[in-house]
Amino acid sequence: MPIIEIKNLTFAYNKQIILEDINLSVQKNDFLAIIGPNGGGKSTLLKLILGIENYKNGTIKILDQEPSKNLSKVGYVPQNTNINIDFPIKVIEVVMMGHVGHKRPLLGYRKEEIACAMGALAQVGMEKFAQIKIGSLSGGQRQRVMIARALCAHPEILILDEPTASIDVTGQKQIYDLLKILNKTITIIVVSHDISVILGYASKVAHINKNISYHDISDTKRNFDSSDDHFCEVELLQMLSKDSTKKSCSC
Amino acid sequence: MLDMLQYEFIQNAIIAGILVSFASGIIGSLIVVNRMVFLAGGIAHTSYGGIGLAVYFGFPIFFGASIFACGAALLMAFITLKNRNRIDTFIGLIWAIGMAIGIILIDLTPGYNVDLMSYLFGSILAVSDQDLYFMGGLLFVIIVIMSVWYKDILAVSYDSEYANLRSINVPFFYTLILVLSALTVVVAIKVVGLILVIALLTIPIYIAEKLSNTLASMMVYAGVLSTFFTLLGLFLSYNYDLTSGATIIMVSGVGLIVYFVVEKIVRYKNSL
Repeated sequence: MPIIEIKNLTFAYNKQIILEDINLSVQKNDFLAIIGPNGGGKSTLLKLILGIENYKNGTIKILDQEPSKNLSKVGYVPQNTNINIDFPIKVIEVVMMGHVGHKRPLLGYRKEEIACAMGALAQVGMEKFAQIKIGSLSGGQRQRVMIARALCAHPEILILDEPTASIDVTGQKQIYDLLKILNKTITIIVVSHDISVILGYASKVAHINKNISYHDISDTKRNFDSSDDHFCEVELLQMLSKDSTKKSCSC
Repeated sequence: MLDMLQYEFIQNAIIAGILVSFASGIIGSLIVVNRMVFLAGGIAHTSYGGIGLAVYFGFPIFFGASIFACGAALLMAFITLKNRNRIDTFIGLIWAIGMAIGIILIDLTPGYNVDLMSYLFGSILAVSDQDLYFMGGLLFVIIVIMSVWYKDILAVSYDSEYANLRSINVPFFYTLILVLSALTVVVAIKVVGLILVIALLTIPIYIAEKLSNTLASMMVYAGVLSTFFTLLGLFLSYNYDLTSGATIIMVSGVGLIVYFVVEKIVRYKNSL
Protein backbone atom coordinates (compact mmCIF):
# COMPACT_ATOMS: atom_id res chain seq x y z
CA MET A 1 0.00 0.00 0.00
CA PRO A 2 1.43 3.40 -0.93
CA ILE A 3 1.93 5.82 1.95
CA ILE A 4 0.52 8.70 -0.09
CA GLU A 5 -1.54 8.21 -3.24
CA ILE A 6 -2.59 11.21 -5.31
CA LYS A 7 -4.79 10.64 -8.36
CA ASN A 8 -5.91 13.10 -11.05
CA LEU A 9 -5.63 16.03 -8.67
CA THR A 10 -6.49 19.42 -10.10
CA PHE A 11 -6.61 22.49 -7.92
CA ALA A 12 -7.60 26.02 -8.84
CA TYR A 13 -7.54 29.16 -6.79
CA ASN A 14 -9.66 32.11 -7.92
CA LYS A 15 -10.27 30.32 -11.23
CA GLN A 16 -6.53 30.13 -11.85
CA ILE A 17 -5.33 26.56 -12.20
CA ILE A 18 -2.40 25.98 -9.85
CA LEU A 19 -2.07 22.21 -10.06
CA GLU A 20 -3.27 20.21 -13.02
CA ASP A 21 -3.78 16.46 -13.23
CA ILE A 22 -1.26 15.51 -10.54
CA ASN A 23 -0.60 11.79 -10.08
CA LEU A 24 1.88 10.79 -7.42
CA SER A 25 2.46 7.66 -5.40
CA VAL A 26 4.82 7.77 -2.43
CA GLN A 27 6.03 4.40 -1.15
CA LYS A 28 7.25 3.47 2.29
CA ASN A 29 10.79 4.74 3.03
CA ASP A 30 10.91 6.90 -0.07
CA PHE A 31 12.94 10.08 0.17
CA LEU A 32 11.00 12.27 -2.22
CA ALA A 33 12.23 15.68 -3.26
CA ILE A 34 9.62 18.03 -4.65
CA ILE A 35 11.29 20.70 -6.73
CA GLY A 36 10.11 23.37 -9.10
CA PRO A 37 10.00 27.14 -9.61
CA ASN A 38 8.47 29.54 -7.10
CA GLY A 39 4.75 29.81 -7.70
CA GLY A 40 4.78 26.45 -9.44
CA GLY A 41 2.43 24.91 -6.88
CA LYS A 42 4.83 23.08 -4.51
CA SER A 43 3.51 24.71 -1.37
CA THR A 44 -0.09 24.28 -2.52
CA LEU A 45 0.46 20.56 -3.00
CA LEU A 46 1.86 20.38 0.56
CA LYS A 47 -1.15 22.23 1.93
CA LEU A 48 -3.46 19.79 0.16
CA ILE A 49 -1.58 16.79 1.56
CA LEU A 50 -1.68 18.35 5.05
CA GLY A 51 -5.40 19.05 4.78
CA ILE A 52 -4.98 22.83 5.16
CA GLU A 53 -6.55 23.43 1.74
CA ASN A 54 -9.50 21.44 0.44
CA TYR A 55 -9.51 19.98 -3.05
CA LYS A 56 -12.48 19.32 -5.29
CA ASN A 57 -11.12 17.35 -8.25
CA GLY A 58 -9.18 14.14 -7.83
CA THR A 59 -8.23 12.18 -4.73
CA ILE A 60 -5.52 12.29 -2.09
CA LYS A 61 -5.14 9.30 0.21
CA ILE A 62 -2.75 9.11 3.15
CA LEU A 63 -2.48 5.48 4.28
CA ASP A 64 -5.77 4.90 2.43
CA GLN A 65 -7.63 7.71 4.20
CA GLU A 66 -8.56 11.33 3.62
CA PRO A 67 -5.69 13.71 4.62
CA SER A 68 -7.69 15.35 7.41
CA LYS A 69 -8.41 11.96 9.03
CA ASN A 70 -4.79 10.88 9.28
CA LEU A 71 -3.02 14.04 10.41
CA SER A 72 -1.29 12.34 13.33
CA LYS A 73 0.56 10.10 10.86
CA VAL A 74 2.12 13.14 9.20
CA GLY A 75 4.91 15.17 10.79
CA TYR A 76 5.29 18.64 9.31
CA VAL A 77 8.23 21.04 9.47
CA PRO A 78 7.13 24.46 8.23
CA GLN A 79 9.18 26.67 5.99
CA ASN A 80 10.03 29.70 8.05
CA THR A 81 11.55 28.91 11.42
CA ASN A 82 12.82 32.44 11.91
CA ILE A 83 9.41 33.75 12.90
CA ASN A 84 8.88 34.83 16.49
CA ILE A 85 12.53 34.60 17.53
CA ASP A 86 11.92 36.82 20.57
CA PHE A 87 9.12 34.57 21.80
CA PRO A 88 9.85 33.45 25.38
CA ILE A 89 9.62 29.71 24.97
CA LYS A 90 11.96 26.87 25.83
CA VAL A 91 13.07 24.31 23.25
CA ILE A 92 11.31 21.49 25.08
CA GLU A 93 8.01 23.40 25.09
CA VAL A 94 8.21 23.83 21.33
CA VAL A 95 8.84 20.10 20.90
CA MET A 96 5.92 19.17 23.16
CA MET A 97 3.57 21.09 20.84
CA GLY A 98 3.98 18.13 18.51
CA HIS A 99 1.79 15.95 20.72
CA VAL A 100 -1.72 15.46 19.44
CA GLY A 101 -4.98 14.19 20.78
CA HIS A 102 -3.52 12.71 23.96
CA LYS A 103 -5.35 13.09 27.22
CA ARG A 104 -3.65 15.73 29.28
CA PRO A 105 -3.56 16.88 32.87
CA LEU A 106 -5.24 20.13 33.86
CA LEU A 107 -1.97 21.79 34.77
CA GLY A 108 1.57 21.27 33.51
CA TYR A 109 2.91 18.49 31.34
CA ARG A 110 2.77 14.73 31.82
CA LYS A 111 5.96 12.79 32.48
CA GLU A 112 5.46 10.72 29.32
CA GLU A 113 5.09 13.89 27.26
CA ILE A 114 8.39 15.21 28.59
CA ALA A 115 10.14 11.86 28.11
CA CYS A 116 8.82 11.61 24.55
CA ALA A 117 9.93 15.16 23.75
CA MET A 118 13.39 14.49 25.19
CA GLY A 119 13.56 11.35 23.05
CA ALA A 120 12.68 13.33 19.94
CA LEU A 121 15.34 15.91 20.84
CA ALA A 122 17.90 13.14 21.30
CA GLN A 123 17.03 11.82 17.83
CA VAL A 124 18.07 15.14 16.32
CA GLY A 125 21.02 15.58 18.69
CA MET A 126 19.59 18.56 20.55
CA GLU A 127 18.78 17.12 23.98
CA LYS A 128 21.37 19.35 25.67
CA PHE A 129 19.43 22.41 24.59
CA ALA A 130 16.05 21.41 26.03
CA GLN A 131 15.86 24.15 28.65
CA ILE A 132 17.25 26.94 26.46
CA LYS A 133 15.18 29.75 24.97
CA ILE A 134 14.53 28.92 21.32
CA GLY A 135 15.59 32.38 20.13
CA SER A 136 19.18 31.83 21.27
CA LEU A 137 19.72 28.90 18.90
CA SER A 138 21.24 29.16 15.42
CA GLY A 139 19.08 28.65 12.33
CA GLY A 140 20.27 25.09 11.85
CA GLN A 141 19.71 24.18 15.50
CA ARG A 142 16.23 25.70 15.38
CA GLN A 143 15.43 23.63 12.31
CA ARG A 144 16.46 20.47 14.20
CA VAL A 145 14.10 21.43 17.01
CA MET A 146 11.28 21.80 14.47
CA ILE A 147 12.11 18.32 13.16
CA ALA A 148 12.02 17.01 16.74
CA ARG A 149 8.60 18.63 17.18
CA ALA A 150 7.36 16.79 14.12
CA LEU A 151 8.89 13.51 15.37
CA CYS A 152 7.17 13.93 18.72
CA ALA A 153 3.91 12.53 17.35
CA HIS A 154 5.69 9.40 15.97
CA PRO A 155 4.72 10.11 12.36
CA GLU A 156 5.10 7.67 9.48
CA ILE A 157 5.67 10.51 7.03
CA LEU A 158 7.83 13.57 7.58
CA ILE A 159 7.15 16.55 5.33
CA LEU A 160 9.60 19.45 5.26
CA ASP A 161 9.03 22.73 3.42
CA GLU A 162 12.32 24.33 2.35
CA PRO A 163 14.15 23.01 5.42
CA THR A 164 17.48 24.61 4.60
CA ALA A 165 16.36 27.92 3.14
CA SER A 166 18.01 30.08 5.80
CA ILE A 167 20.83 27.84 6.97
CA ASP A 168 24.55 27.93 6.14
CA VAL A 169 26.11 25.21 4.00
CA THR A 170 27.50 23.14 6.89
CA GLY A 171 24.16 23.29 8.69
CA GLN A 172 22.37 22.23 5.50
CA LYS A 173 24.49 19.12 5.16
CA GLN A 174 23.91 18.25 8.82
CA ILE A 175 20.15 18.56 8.35
CA TYR A 176 20.21 16.29 5.28
CA ASP A 177 22.47 13.76 7.01
CA LEU A 178 19.97 13.69 9.86
CA LEU A 179 17.09 13.19 7.43
CA LYS A 180 18.98 10.35 5.79
CA ILE A 181 19.21 8.55 9.15
CA LEU A 182 15.54 9.21 9.92
CA ASN A 183 14.65 7.93 6.46
CA LYS A 184 15.49 4.37 7.57
CA THR A 185 12.22 4.29 9.48
CA ILE A 186 10.21 7.23 8.15
CA THR A 187 9.07 8.25 4.69
CA ILE A 188 10.40 11.71 3.92
CA ILE A 189 9.14 14.40 1.57
CA VAL A 190 11.22 17.54 1.15
CA VAL A 191 10.16 20.58 -0.80
CA SER A 192 13.14 22.55 -1.95
CA HIS A 193 14.40 24.70 -4.74
CA ASP A 194 17.98 23.96 -3.73
CA ILE A 195 18.34 21.07 -6.17
CA SER A 196 22.07 20.76 -5.80
CA VAL A 197 22.08 19.57 -2.20
CA ILE A 198 18.94 17.52 -2.25
CA LEU A 199 19.91 15.36 -5.21
CA GLY A 200 22.59 13.80 -3.05
CA TYR A 201 20.02 12.41 -0.68
CA ALA A 202 16.67 11.95 -2.42
CA SER A 203 15.62 8.67 -3.99
CA LYS A 204 12.73 10.15 -6.00
CA VAL A 205 12.28 13.58 -7.49
CA ALA A 206 9.02 15.24 -8.50
CA HIS A 207 9.26 18.45 -10.48
CA ILE A 208 6.13 20.54 -10.10
CA ASN A 209 5.20 23.47 -12.28
CA LYS A 210 1.42 23.20 -12.54
CA ASN A 211 2.02 19.70 -13.94
CA ILE A 212 4.19 17.02 -12.43
CA SER A 213 7.21 15.17 -13.81
CA TYR A 214 8.39 12.28 -11.72
CA HIS A 215 11.82 10.63 -11.69
CA ASP A 216 13.17 7.71 -9.77
CA ILE A 217 16.83 8.60 -9.22
CA SER A 218 17.64 5.93 -6.67
CA ASP A 219 19.58 3.97 -9.31
CA THR A 220 21.23 6.99 -10.86
CA LYS A 221 24.94 7.05 -10.27
CA ARG A 222 25.88 10.12 -8.35
CA ASN A 223 29.34 11.58 -8.29
CA PHE A 224 29.33 13.90 -5.34
CA ASP A 225 33.02 14.40 -4.99
CA SER A 226 32.90 18.07 -4.22
CA SER A 227 35.16 18.94 -1.31
CA ASP A 228 33.14 21.80 0.20
CA ASP A 229 29.91 19.85 0.61
CA HIS A 230 28.14 22.12 -1.77
CA PHE A 231 27.21 21.93 -5.43
CA CYS A 232 26.61 24.94 -7.50
CA GLU A 233 24.45 24.66 -10.59
CA VAL A 234 27.49 24.31 -12.85
CA GLU A 235 28.84 21.31 -10.95
CA LEU A 236 25.39 19.85 -10.96
CA LEU A 237 25.07 20.10 -14.73
CA GLN A 238 28.52 18.61 -15.19
CA MET A 239 27.58 15.75 -12.95
CA LEU A 240 24.38 15.04 -14.80
CA SER A 241 26.08 15.17 -18.20
CA LYS A 242 28.58 12.55 -17.03
CA ASP A 243 25.70 10.21 -16.47
CA SER A 244 25.16 8.93 -19.97
CA THR A 245 22.70 6.22 -18.93
CA LYS A 246 20.16 8.84 -17.93
CA LYS A 247 16.86 8.50 -19.72
CA SER A 248 15.62 11.45 -21.70
CA CYS A 249 13.48 13.72 -19.60
CA SER A 250 10.05 14.97 -20.48
CA CYS A 251 10.16 18.09 -18.35
CA MET B 1 4.19 57.54 53.30
CA LEU B 2 2.30 55.36 55.76
CA ASP B 3 -0.23 58.06 56.64
CA MET B 4 -1.60 57.97 53.10
CA LEU B 5 -2.55 54.33 53.63
CA GLN B 6 -5.25 55.21 56.13
CA TYR B 7 -7.54 56.64 53.47
CA GLU B 8 -9.98 54.18 51.96
CA PHE B 9 -9.58 55.62 48.46
CA ILE B 10 -5.84 55.02 48.69
CA GLN B 11 -6.40 51.44 49.87
CA ASN B 12 -8.78 50.87 46.97
CA ALA B 13 -6.30 52.44 44.58
CA ILE B 14 -3.53 50.11 45.76
CA ILE B 15 -5.71 46.99 45.45
CA ALA B 16 -6.91 48.14 42.02
CA GLY B 17 -3.32 48.81 40.99
CA ILE B 18 -2.26 45.28 41.94
CA LEU B 19 -5.29 43.56 40.33
CA VAL B 20 -5.03 45.52 37.10
CA SER B 21 -1.25 45.10 36.96
CA PHE B 22 -1.51 41.33 37.03
CA ALA B 23 -4.43 41.25 34.58
CA SER B 24 -2.55 43.53 32.18
CA GLY B 25 0.69 41.62 32.79
CA ILE B 26 -0.87 38.35 31.70
CA ILE B 27 -2.97 39.70 28.84
CA GLY B 28 -0.35 42.24 27.78
CA SER B 29 2.12 39.35 27.36
CA LEU B 30 -0.34 37.62 25.05
CA ILE B 31 -0.96 40.86 23.13
CA VAL B 32 2.76 41.48 22.64
CA VAL B 33 3.77 37.94 21.62
CA ASN B 34 0.79 37.78 19.24
CA ARG B 35 1.73 41.21 17.81
CA MET B 36 -1.71 42.58 18.57
CA VAL B 37 -0.70 45.92 20.09
CA PHE B 38 -2.42 47.93 17.37
CA LEU B 39 -5.52 45.72 17.71
CA ALA B 40 -5.57 46.31 21.46
CA GLY B 41 -5.21 50.05 20.87
CA GLY B 42 -8.16 49.89 18.51
CA ILE B 43 -10.26 48.05 21.08
CA ALA B 44 -9.25 50.52 23.80
CA HIS B 45 -10.35 53.52 21.79
CA THR B 46 -13.48 51.85 20.47
CA SER B 47 -14.52 51.19 24.06
CA TYR B 48 -14.96 54.94 24.40
CA GLY B 49 -18.13 54.41 22.39
CA GLY B 50 -19.30 52.15 25.22
CA ILE B 51 -18.58 54.83 27.78
CA GLY B 52 -20.70 57.25 25.76
CA LEU B 53 -23.44 54.63 25.50
CA ALA B 54 -23.40 54.02 29.26
CA VAL B 55 -23.54 57.73 30.03
CA TYR B 56 -26.38 58.27 27.55
CA PHE B 57 -28.56 55.40 28.76
CA GLY B 58 -27.53 55.79 32.39
CA PHE B 59 -26.11 52.33 33.09
CA PRO B 60 -22.79 51.55 34.79
CA ILE B 61 -19.73 52.71 32.85
CA PHE B 62 -17.82 49.43 33.27
CA PHE B 63 -20.78 47.50 31.91
CA GLY B 64 -21.21 49.75 28.87
CA ALA B 65 -17.52 49.89 28.10
CA SER B 66 -17.14 46.09 28.51
CA ILE B 67 -20.03 45.30 26.18
CA PHE B 68 -18.77 47.73 23.57
CA ALA B 69 -15.13 46.60 23.86
CA CYS B 70 -16.12 42.93 23.58
CA GLY B 71 -18.25 43.78 20.55
CA ALA B 72 -15.26 45.54 19.00
CA ALA B 73 -13.02 42.55 19.85
CA LEU B 74 -15.42 40.09 18.20
CA LEU B 75 -15.74 42.33 15.15
CA MET B 76 -11.95 42.65 14.86
CA ALA B 77 -11.48 38.91 15.34
CA PHE B 78 -14.03 38.28 12.60
CA ILE B 79 -12.38 40.72 10.22
CA THR B 80 -8.80 39.64 10.89
CA LEU B 81 -9.63 35.95 10.60
CA LYS B 82 -11.54 36.52 7.34
CA ASN B 83 -9.28 38.99 5.65
CA ARG B 84 -5.58 39.12 6.47
CA ASN B 85 -4.98 42.04 4.12
CA ARG B 86 -5.74 45.60 5.07
CA ILE B 87 -6.25 44.66 8.73
CA ASP B 88 -4.64 47.90 9.87
CA THR B 89 -7.07 49.94 7.77
CA PHE B 90 -10.07 48.20 9.31
CA ILE B 91 -8.68 48.59 12.84
CA GLY B 92 -8.17 52.30 12.19
CA LEU B 93 -11.77 52.59 10.94
CA ILE B 94 -13.29 50.85 13.97
CA TRP B 95 -10.99 52.83 16.29
CA ALA B 96 -12.15 56.20 14.93
CA ILE B 97 -15.83 55.34 14.59
CA GLY B 98 -16.00 53.95 18.14
CA MET B 99 -14.55 57.14 19.60
CA ALA B 100 -16.84 59.29 17.46
CA ILE B 101 -19.90 57.37 18.69
CA GLY B 102 -18.80 57.96 22.28
CA ILE B 103 -18.32 61.68 21.85
CA ILE B 104 -21.62 62.17 20.00
CA LEU B 105 -23.55 60.19 22.62
CA ILE B 106 -22.01 62.30 25.40
CA ASP B 107 -22.95 65.45 23.43
CA LEU B 108 -26.53 64.20 23.23
CA THR B 109 -26.75 63.39 26.95
CA PRO B 110 -28.78 66.18 28.62
CA GLY B 111 -27.02 67.91 31.48
CA TYR B 112 -23.86 65.85 31.07
CA ASN B 113 -21.02 67.09 33.23
CA VAL B 114 -18.95 64.02 34.15
CA ASP B 115 -15.24 64.66 33.90
CA LEU B 116 -14.22 63.36 30.46
CA MET B 117 -10.57 63.61 31.38
CA SER B 118 -10.97 60.86 33.97
CA TYR B 119 -11.58 58.34 31.17
CA LEU B 120 -8.79 59.66 29.02
CA PHE B 121 -6.16 59.71 31.76
CA GLY B 122 -7.58 57.36 34.38
CA SER B 123 -8.92 57.88 37.86
CA ILE B 124 -7.26 55.31 40.07
CA LEU B 125 -8.03 57.43 43.14
CA ALA B 126 -11.77 57.08 42.47
CA VAL B 127 -12.05 53.29 42.39
CA SER B 128 -15.20 52.01 44.09
CA ASP B 129 -15.70 48.67 45.87
CA GLN B 130 -17.78 47.47 42.91
CA ASP B 131 -14.94 48.33 40.55
CA LEU B 132 -12.66 46.17 42.72
CA TYR B 133 -15.06 43.21 42.50
CA PHE B 134 -15.11 43.58 38.73
CA MET B 135 -11.29 43.72 38.54
CA GLY B 136 -10.86 40.80 40.94
CA GLY B 137 -13.42 38.72 39.04
CA LEU B 138 -11.71 39.43 35.74
CA LEU B 139 -8.27 38.51 37.10
CA PHE B 140 -9.71 35.27 38.48
CA VAL B 141 -11.30 34.38 35.12
CA ILE B 142 -8.05 35.18 33.30
CA ILE B 143 -6.00 32.97 35.65
CA VAL B 144 -8.46 30.07 35.31
CA ILE B 145 -8.50 30.31 31.50
CA MET B 146 -4.71 30.55 31.32
CA SER B 147 -4.27 27.54 33.60
CA VAL B 148 -6.69 25.31 31.73
CA TRP B 149 -5.67 26.27 28.19
CA TYR B 150 -2.06 27.34 28.68
CA LYS B 151 -0.67 24.81 26.21
CA ASP B 152 -3.23 25.59 23.53
CA ILE B 153 -2.81 29.34 23.92
CA LEU B 154 0.99 28.90 23.87
CA ALA B 155 0.78 26.85 20.67
CA VAL B 156 -1.59 29.30 18.96
CA SER B 157 0.57 32.26 19.98
CA TYR B 158 3.91 30.73 18.99
CA ASP B 159 2.95 29.06 15.72
CA SER B 160 -0.72 29.27 14.77
CA GLU B 161 -0.20 27.40 11.49
CA TYR B 162 1.23 24.40 13.33
CA ALA B 163 -1.40 24.61 16.08
CA ASN B 164 -4.03 24.40 13.35
CA LEU B 165 -2.41 21.22 12.05
CA ARG B 166 -2.49 19.72 15.56
CA SER B 167 -6.27 20.29 15.47
CA ILE B 168 -6.26 23.15 17.97
CA ASN B 169 -9.17 25.53 17.35
CA VAL B 170 -7.08 28.56 16.37
CA PRO B 171 -9.95 30.99 15.62
CA PHE B 172 -11.52 30.21 19.02
CA PHE B 173 -8.34 30.97 20.98
CA TYR B 174 -7.55 34.00 18.84
CA THR B 175 -11.01 35.39 19.59
CA LEU B 176 -10.67 34.48 23.27
CA ILE B 177 -7.37 36.39 23.53
CA LEU B 178 -9.01 39.43 21.90
CA VAL B 179 -12.08 39.34 24.19
CA LEU B 180 -9.88 39.03 27.29
CA SER B 181 -7.80 41.91 25.94
CA ALA B 182 -10.96 43.98 25.58
CA LEU B 183 -12.02 43.33 29.19
CA THR B 184 -8.50 44.01 30.48
CA VAL B 185 -8.34 47.23 28.51
CA VAL B 186 -11.59 48.34 30.15
CA VAL B 187 -10.25 47.85 33.67
CA ALA B 188 -6.88 49.35 32.72
CA ILE B 189 -8.74 52.45 31.53
CA LYS B 190 -9.83 52.96 35.12
CA VAL B 191 -6.19 53.00 36.28
CA VAL B 192 -4.24 54.80 33.56
CA GLY B 193 -6.96 55.95 31.16
CA LEU B 194 -7.75 55.37 27.54
CA ILE B 195 -4.81 57.29 26.09
CA LEU B 196 -2.14 55.55 28.15
CA VAL B 197 -3.55 52.04 28.36
CA ILE B 198 -1.30 50.81 25.58
CA ALA B 199 1.77 51.91 27.51
CA LEU B 200 0.69 49.79 30.49
CA LEU B 201 0.11 46.87 28.13
CA THR B 202 3.53 47.18 26.50
CA ILE B 203 6.29 48.79 28.62
CA PRO B 204 6.41 46.31 31.54
CA ILE B 205 5.72 43.51 29.08
CA TYR B 206 8.69 44.40 26.92
CA ILE B 207 11.08 44.26 29.90
CA ALA B 208 9.47 41.03 31.12
CA GLU B 209 9.92 39.39 27.70
CA LYS B 210 13.65 40.08 27.77
CA LEU B 211 13.96 38.58 31.26
CA SER B 212 12.00 35.36 30.65
CA ASN B 213 12.45 32.11 28.81
CA THR B 214 8.86 30.91 29.13
CA LEU B 215 5.54 32.62 28.45
CA ALA B 216 4.36 31.87 32.00
CA SER B 217 7.38 33.51 33.62
CA MET B 218 6.98 36.48 31.26
CA MET B 219 3.43 36.93 32.56
CA VAL B 220 4.56 36.80 36.19
CA TYR B 221 7.47 39.20 35.65
CA ALA B 222 5.17 41.56 33.75
CA GLY B 223 2.64 41.48 36.59
CA VAL B 224 5.28 42.18 39.24
CA LEU B 225 6.92 44.98 37.22
CA SER B 226 3.54 46.51 36.45
CA THR B 227 2.59 46.45 40.12
CA PHE B 228 5.86 48.13 41.03
CA PHE B 229 5.46 50.86 38.40
CA THR B 230 1.80 51.42 39.26
CA LEU B 231 2.30 51.69 43.01
CA LEU B 232 5.40 53.87 42.69
CA GLY B 233 3.54 56.09 40.21
CA LEU B 234 0.57 56.26 42.57
CA PHE B 235 2.82 57.28 45.46
CA LEU B 236 4.52 60.01 43.42
CA SER B 237 1.27 61.34 41.99
CA TYR B 238 -0.24 61.55 45.48
CA ASN B 239 2.75 63.32 47.00
CA TYR B 240 3.42 65.75 44.17
CA ASP B 241 -0.20 66.21 43.12
CA LEU B 242 0.26 64.91 39.58
CA THR B 243 -2.18 63.09 37.25
CA SER B 244 -1.99 59.48 38.39
CA GLY B 245 -2.20 57.77 34.97
CA ALA B 246 0.47 59.93 33.41
CA THR B 247 2.75 59.52 36.43
CA ILE B 248 2.41 55.72 36.32
CA ILE B 249 3.34 55.69 32.64
CA MET B 250 6.27 58.06 33.20
CA VAL B 251 7.57 55.80 35.97
CA SER B 252 7.25 52.83 33.59
CA GLY B 253 9.06 54.78 30.87
CA VAL B 254 11.92 55.65 33.22
CA GLY B 255 11.96 51.99 34.29
CA LEU B 256 12.38 50.99 30.65
CA ILE B 257 15.28 53.43 30.19
CA VAL B 258 16.94 52.12 33.37
CA TYR B 259 16.51 48.60 32.01
CA PHE B 260 18.18 49.55 28.71
CA VAL B 261 21.13 51.14 30.53
CA VAL B 262 21.58 48.18 32.91
CA GLU B 263 21.33 45.74 30.00
CA LYS B 264 24.02 47.64 28.08
CA ILE B 265 26.31 47.67 31.13
CA VAL B 266 25.79 43.94 31.76
CA ARG B 267 26.45 43.14 28.12
CA TYR B 268 29.55 45.33 28.15
CA LYS B 269 30.88 43.66 31.30
CA ASN B 270 30.20 40.20 29.89
CA SER B 271 32.11 41.06 26.74
CA LEU B 272 35.22 42.05 28.71
